[in-house]
Amino acid sequence: MIKVNDVSYTYMRGTPFEKTALKNISFDAARGEVLAVAGHTGSGKSTLIQIVAGLIDLQSGSVTIDDLPVADKKIRRLVGIVFQYPEHQLFEETVERDIAFAPKNFGLSDAEISARVDEAMRQVGLDAGLKNSSPFELSGGQRRRVAIAGILALKPKYLILDEPTAGLDPLAKENLLHELFGAIKRSGVTIILVSHNMEDIARFANRVVVLAQGEIVFNGTPRELFAREEILARAGLEPPPITQLLRRLGINQIALTLDEAEKLIISRR
Amino acid sequence: MIRAENLRHVYKTAAGDNVALDGLNFTICDGEFVAIIGTNGSGKSTLAKHFNALLLPTGGKIFVDGLDTSDEKNLWRVRETVGMVFQNPDSEIVAAIVEDDVAFGLENLGIAPEKIRERVDLALDAVNMSDYKNFAPSKLSGGQKQRIAIAGVIAMNTRVIVFDEPTAMLDPIGRREVLTMVKRLHAQGKTIIYITHFMDEAAQAQRVFVMEGGRIIRDDTPRNIFTDVKEMKRLGLDAPVAAELAARLRRKGFKLPPKILTADELAEALQ
Repeated sequence: MIKVNDVSYTYMRGTPFEKTALKNISFDAARGEVLAVAGHTGSGKSTLIQIVAGLIDLQSGSVTIDDLPVADKKIRRLVGIVFQYPEHQLFEETVERDIAFAPKNFGLSDAEISARVDEAMRQVGLDAGLKNSSPFELSGGQRRRVAIAGILALKPKYLILDEPTAGLDPLAKENLLHELFGAIKRSGVTIILVSHNMEDIARFANRVVVLAQGEIVFNGTPRELFAREEILARAGLEPPPITQLLRRLGINQIALTLDEAEKLIISRR
Repeated sequence: MIRAENLRHVYKTAAGDNVALDGLNFTICDGEFVAIIGTNGSGKSTLAKHFNALLLPTGGKIFVDGLDTSDEKNLWRVRETVGMVFQNPDSEIVAAIVEDDVAFGLENLGIAPEKIRERVDLALDAVNMSDYKNFAPSKLSGGQKQRIAIAGVIAMNTRVIVFDEPTAMLDPIGRREVLTMVKRLHAQGKTIIYITHFMDEAAQAQRVFVMEGGRIIRDDTPRNIFTDVKEMKRLGLDAPVAAELAARLRRKGFKLPPKILTADELAEALQ
């Protein structure tokens, strides 16, 4: 379990450029949860996930992961983080070597590394035949998968995904989310999904925390959130297109999928 | 006017030839707003780079105002006509201060300083960023950075602007800011070529090219393209939710008029 308790953070403290990024943030992420963190650019999302991953030192408050303080180096083995556009960080000559890079640094045996590479490739839906390809010859969607597989090969118990589908076409996005969330959920990994895509949040997150100007303005289910237009507006977010459409049709119930929307309309016929 | 004649581009890779553009023929007239959609790898970005000679055809030709882009002596005139805005504003911004960044292209053209000042001010005004002219670009949001990149192109005063997924990295507010700017430039008479994965953005264009496997397989109005829900799915693209929901309701026996594209149209049809 991740416990974030009363965390505040200020950049360039004590200078004229001082800027508060986070104010009194508290929330938990339970085992196996898909917790979305939503908010627009500058809301504090990036600062928050870097603190949770132990990449930025705490200034006040506390973060514990499985009861270990976040400053403990051991948490590096528990938490994996996939940054935006992770494929920009690919550099090895083959897919296999790229995915194996971080596990190698953990000092695992060759057999263990090889098994982890295979499993990570399966989890992100990469064909095993691509192992010896250069990552740079793959499509954008495939490169993204290689980069994510490199983190999954570390077998994190907690996985932070920062806008994992940004820039992908609709099909690549759909496939990636489906395979990724299917595979990860089965393995019991807790996911923190950072996104401003309400459609993705609607479909994959069981809970969502909304940040605005460094504060948590909502913590609940996506369905509850989409009914609260004033909170979305305050956070600079928009309800998913399906919610907006139903509202335009004069239906005030919330649908998370087209299936639900279809049923709602038919039931009112 | 931009004209492609049997335009081809083949990348040579270790694994063999990769045909990115496979014989394109089209004409884009002055003042048009054309959106280009297609999955990753369909050839969109390769095509974008041909509009101002960042890439040259490996077969066929592309003409900008009648100028063959592969003729080196046309290069400057082509680039004076067609400007580009890319996906990642961070990789486009070169200067430490906003106004220097907007002036960068003009300085390279050897324009007089007072003239540069005037054009930079006008360009920043056009994207509503005058208040930020002395800011460091790193202090701006993604949407603001993208508006600075657009100001750079406005300052160059190119008649054609090519946008290659300008909103892919932006949040909803940033996306709206950029799209508003694009529509305003179109209203002012610029020719707009707009590549995107967001179908709601493409639906704002007058004309849509659908690319698949290096070819333009559809060239039609947004309405005709996006209401063909089955074809959009086959291509791995999204249809607007209103069109998709209308298609589902028709299958359930609702009598709805054809080609419903927007929420308003669906609302009216269901009344």
